[in-house]
Order: sequence, then structure tokens, then C-alpha cells
Amino acid sequence: MSGRTPNQKAWWLVMPVVLLVAFNAVIPLMTVVNYSVQETFGDNQFFFEGVTWFEQILHSSRFHDALERQLLFTAIVLAIEVPLGVAIALAMPRSGAWSSVCLVLMAMPLLIPWNVVGAMWNIFALPDIGLLGHSLNALGFDYNFTRQPLAAWSTLVAMDVWHWTSLVVLLAYAGLSAIPTAFYQAAKIDGASAWAVFCYIQLPKMKRVLMIAVLLRFMDSFMIYTEAIVLTGGGPGNSTSLLSIDLVKIALGQFDLGPAAAMSLIYFLIILLLSWVFYAVMTRDEAQS
Amino acid sequence: MARISLKNLRHSYRPVPSAESDWALKRFEMTFPDGSANALLGPSGCGKTTLLNVISGLLKPSEGSVWFDDRDVTLLPPDARQIAQVFQFPVVYDTMSVYDNLAFPLRNRGVAGNEVDRRVREIAEMLDLGDMLDRKASGLTADGKQKISLGRGLVRSDVNVIMFDEPLTVIDPELKWRLRSKLKELHRRLGITMIYVTHDQTEALTFADSVVVMNDGQVVQAGTPVDLFERPQHTFVGHFIGSPGMNLLPATFDGGVARFAGHALRLGANPATVPAGAELQIGVRPEFVSFAGSGIPVSIEKVADAGRFRVVETRHGEFSIRLLVGEDMPLPSESAFLQFDAAFTYLYADGWRQGGEPG
Repeated sequence: MSGRTPNQKAWWLVMPVVLLVAFNAVIPLMTVVNYSVQETFGDNQFFFEGVTWFEQILHSSRFHDALERQLLFTAIVLAIEVPLGVAIALAMPRSGAWSSVCLVLMAMPLLIPWNVVGAMWNIFALPDIGLLGHSLNALGFDYNFTRQPLAAWSTLVAMDVWHWTSLVVLLAYAGLSAIPTAFYQAAKIDGASAWAVFCYIQLPKMKRVLMIAVLLRFMDSFMIYTEAIVLTGGGPGNSTSLLSIDLVKIALGQFDLGPAAAMSLIYFLIILLLSWVFYAVMTRDEAQS
Repeated sequence: MARISLKNLRHSYRPVPSAESDWALKRFEMTFPDGSANALLGPSGCGKTTLLNVISGLLKPSEGSVWFDDRDVTLLPPDARQIAQVFQFPVVYDTMSVYDNLAFPLRNRGVAGNEVDRRVREIAEMLDLGDMLDRKASGLTADGKQKISLGRGLVRSDVNVIMFDEPLTVIDPELKWRLRSKLKELHRRLGITMIYVTHDQTEALTFADSVVVMNDGQVVQAGTPVDLFERPQHTFVGHFIGSPGMNLLPATFDGGVARFAGHALRLGANPATVPAGAELQIGVRPEFVSFAGSGIPVSIEKVADAGRFRVVETRHGEFSIRLLVGEDMPLPSESAFLQFDAAFTYLYADGWRQGGEPG
């Protein structure tokens, strides 16, 4: 028996955060959930539809195609950016003035607004006046990313690699810098080759930052929108219509709010699931030891 | 196994050293006999790790040469010198098992599989790692990891010297003692030349047959633990080694007699002359000071009990003199006098001991 009444005023201190999270996350997400189970013909009239939209999306070949394109795109950029980023980080000087110069150069692409990146690459790749497009054609390659799906894909991948490899480089570089010199000295004394040093010292010590790098690059590349829409607009045809581009077409182009909402939720769950799988696979070894 | 000689060695981390203080390692010569246990002792930043890295080949000295037996190895990289080194922080290859860690240096050198297996098991047994061979090295405690680092040196049958760079820094106190006696045992058993860097005098004095004391990039004395204790070459050795350190008192010297505050003192080694203008000091360890019926009059300031003996701090004018007194010896109540044991009382000029060897 304390005889005291509990003071509930502390709840007021939590309120700002609760409101903030509610307005920027919970309420918008619940709005989407709300839309995903209803049909509308405009004029703010809604009819309950249940899981119809989910069934429709999951069975639609349009969604399957977009998902396949998305998975392929993410797989390609991860397969290029992670090894390339690690290789660049290994090649960068570890100390001295040049290391700062390299770091600044590496950070540059990350500082450019995403739509500017798209616009830059669009102009850069234009077959008639762009430096890249014009040069390729002058060299005898038939290159036109506005008409050839393969050219559009290559340009899109090149742009993403240019824009985002730096992130992997910076993370890998941070991981490498954290390795004490004694490890390299011991390896030298043990007669380890450069490849053995990479396999048994650098790679294991970089594991954690690389995990972060892979997760970030996976999520970002899976949600890519701005750069791609500015560069190719999803074309030619639907060849570069990645999930987010397709989603915006459905939601704002066709104003099919219900199917678009259902698709966003499925899209969100796929990212969540795949991120979890990545994380679980990559941390499996640590859990064992 | 090899005898290691350092000839005319000097090192600076600056490309163009100008001032004397630019040298991380000042010029010196030294030989570590084959099969000896040596320690490099000194405070942080005294150049002992620099010296170690010069011997191991991780650092190329600015001047001078390094010899293993009759071979000049100054320009050889570490892996060509057949040395092993244990670092301050345990270095293990995290993704490998204990077995693979130990086998790594042998496999890199193309040793045959069954020979690798034999050596790894033999060394693991020696280091009490026998039952952990299949475990991942990353899961071991700090002392286990440090044993692996040491084991990677021991497995190689061709090792010239094993070097230790403050290897017990991250080990728990009670395990420190065990690992240290293990090292001592391995040295006796294998007879490999060992060089042990530390700033801890207990570690150095208990491990090594010969201790090299360094200060400020300079070798101040190299000798047995007894030498360092009884005949400090430099006042630095006097106060760095021993607990409490040596008493250092201002002195004068004329007519062949050293005096402290007007009291003439007999010395262990009598110099004929001393450098003009040098700062003179009398050095005597607290162990060699005793109360007597006459001598230097002092007052007793403080008595600290250290178990088997007491540390007594006395004062003569502005100078404090410490001495050790046995636990059951009575202390004089008033008008105390001190006597210095002449055989262990030395005169130092600008820090360096004057006069030849006592005897």
C-alpha cells in the first residue's frame, strides 16, 4: 500500500512521437490498406471488395512481368556493385592526402539529387547529341536506348552502378580501415598470399558492413523509381517498367486506387520478406558460433 | 634458431631526420645469442616496438644492418626471415578452426599434409589446445587466441626467432601468470631465441635471461636482471626497475670524494674524474640503505607496510631518502642516521654511471 495515485502526466511526453509516427507512417499505411479492399469510381464513393484486388494482382501477368524485371534488375546491380565496390575500396589508399581525395570523389555521385542523375544520364545517352550515345554510334554501334530494350537496360544498369557503387565503396572502406595493422603483419609473417589475406582477413572483417551494404542496395534498387522514370519512363514499351514504375502507372495513370493499393502492400511485403531472408542468411554463421 | 646481431642500427620515421629527437631509435649495436630469452623493457614510446619491427622485417631501418647468424637480412621481408611474432592484440583468422589457424603458416609454405598434421597436433598439445582443434578460433577467449598466435609461430620448424610485442596486455591477471610460465617452459623445451617487448618490469625480469632497458629511443642498459638491479648503468634504470626505485640525491665530486650535502660517501666504483659541468647524482637503492648509529642524520616521515618489509621514507633537509626495513626490525625513535652500502652506491653524471665495474 503506497497510498499514492499513479501520475499519468508522462503520457503527454510520449504524445509528440506518437503523433509523428501516426501521421507519417501508420495513418498513410492504413489508408493504403483501406483502399486495397475497396473499389471507387471517383466522387468519393467506395464499395467494399474484400481480397479481390489481391487475387487479381497476384494472378495478373502484368504484375508477374514487372516483378521479374525488378528481380532481374536488382540481381544485376547487386552482382556488379558489391564486388566492384569492394574492389575499389581495396584499391584506395588507406592514408594520406590521396585517401581524402578518393573519398570525396567517391561521395560525389551520392550527393546528386536522384532526378538530376536520371536527367544527366538521359542527356548523356541520347543517341544524337549525348556524349555516350553519340560516341557509341560514331564507333559503329547501333545504340538507341529509347528504342532498343537491351540498350535501355544497359543504360539503366550503368546509371545505377555509377550512382550507387560509391555507397558500397564507402562502407567497405570503413570496414577495411577498422582492421588493425597487426593482422596484416601477422599474415605477412605467416607467408599468406594477397588472395589469402583477402579471404581470411579482409572479407571476414568486412562481413558486417557488407551485410549492411547488401541490404541497403537491395532495398534501394528494389524500390528504384526517380532515376528510372526520368531516364526511360519505363520504356521502350514496358521493357523497363520496374515494380514502382508500374505501380505509379496503375495508381496515377489509370487511377485504379484499389489494385494499386493492393499492389503496394504486396510490394512492401516482398521487400520485407527478402530483406529478412538476406539478413537471416548472412547472420547465420554468427548465431552458430 | 639463430644469433641476432644489430649493427650500427638507427631508425627514424621521418624521411629526412635532422634533430637528434627525430630518431625513434638512436644508434646502437647489440647481439642476442642463439637460444636466449631476451626482454626489451621501457615505457610507452621508448622505441622498443620500433626495434622489434626492425628485427622482424616489418620496418626497414634508416641506417645499419640486421644479421641472423652470418646472413645480412636487412632487406629481406618478414616471411623470408623465418621469424614469428605475437602481437599485443591476439591475431587469429576468425573464419578458420583452431586447427586450420595453426596449419595456415605451414600450408602457405607448401608443407606436406601429413607433416602439417603431425606438427599441428604436437604444438596444440604443447599449448593445451589439443581438445579445441575443431572449434572456431573466433569463439576462444583472449588467452586462447594468444596461444594460437604463438602456436602459428611454433609450428614452423625453421623459426629463427619468436618475438612478443606486449603479448599479455589483454589477458586477465590470473591467466597472465600461467601464460608467462608457459612461455618460459616452451623456451626451455625448444631453445628458440625469443625477444619479449614489455613495459612491465615483472614480466621482463621473470621471463628473460637478458633484459635490454630502453628510454627515449636509446638503449640505456642491457644485462641480466641482477645487473640491472645491483649495477644500474643509468639513473633511468635505477628508478624504472625496482619498487620503490632508486634514491637519487644531488652530489658534488672533488678530490676523488663524492659528497651528498657535505657528507662524504664511499662508492662501489670510484671514478678518477667526472665530466666538467655535468649534473652529479648519488644513486642508491632503498634495499642498500640502513639505519645506523652515525651517518646522515634524517627524520622519519612515513612508514608503509609492504608485507615482509616496510618502506620507510626519511628526510634530510629538503631531500627524501627511502629505505627498506625488515618487518621485525625496530625503527629508531628519534635522531636516526642512515648508512649507504658502499658496494651499491654509485655516482651518476648526467644520468650515466661513473667509474668502472665494481670489484
